[in-house]
Amino acid sequence: MNKRLSYLLGVIGTVAAVSVILFLPVPSILRWQSNFLARALMALLLCAFLCLYRILRGPTAVDRAVAIDMLGILIVGFCSVLSLPTGRDWYIDIGIVWALQSFIGIMALSKYLGGQDFDD
Amino acid sequence: MTTENIGMALVIIGLAFDFFGCVGLIRFPDVYGRLQAAAKCVTLGTCGILLGLFVFKGFTPTGLKALLCLLFIILTAPVSAHALARGAYRSGVKPWKGTVRDDYSKTIGEKRS
Repeated sequence: MNKRLSYLLGVIGTVAAVSVILFLPVPSILRWQSNFLARALMALLLCAFLCLYRILRGPTAVDRAVAIDMLGILIVGFCSVLSLPTGRDWYIDIGIVWALQSFIGIMALSKYLGGQDFDD
Repeated sequence: MTTENIGMALVIIGLAFDFFGCVGLIRFPDVYGRLQAAAKCVTLGTCGILLGLFVFKGFTPTGLKALLCLLFIILTAPVSAHALARGAYRSGVKPWKGTVRDDYSKTIGEKRS
């Protein structure tokens, strides 16, 4: 595909997604307590889809590792936002455990990519 | 009411930082630029969201857990980003052509020779 055309498509898609999140009425699945938190969840989903695009298209393995790291941190924010409108406090526990697990995994992955032993 | 407004403002700031970090993850030309943009912006954005949650909840167990999670993310995200950059350089990923300065190549060369 032409490079300029794909750039234009990406810009149009992102602006359309942001305007849908900001201005359109919230779908009835997400209407728990306040419209604001539903819009926040939709914005985090948009960020997660941008990370998924980098995971799919990344030219090297390190790009995918970076995108996975960022996706893990985004999921921690997603869990913490999700604990507000549903009133279930254990979502933040899931966030803490996800942060720990993501840190350990990324450290092991970077050691493996650097081509050295684990005690180096 | 005031604390809710402050919490909503913090969550909005965090969401903006998250979004700009992910746009940087898409748009930068090489691994190191992506790593720099994404690690800083996404870390600060998620910390803003967690701080907003703490302001919403106050000094309850949920709010203190959010504060603990914030501290943990601030401690670990730069460490993992640094380790990823080191692993990327050692695995042979070249920087972008427009890079003006590359000091780590000298260090690697001295260590290997």
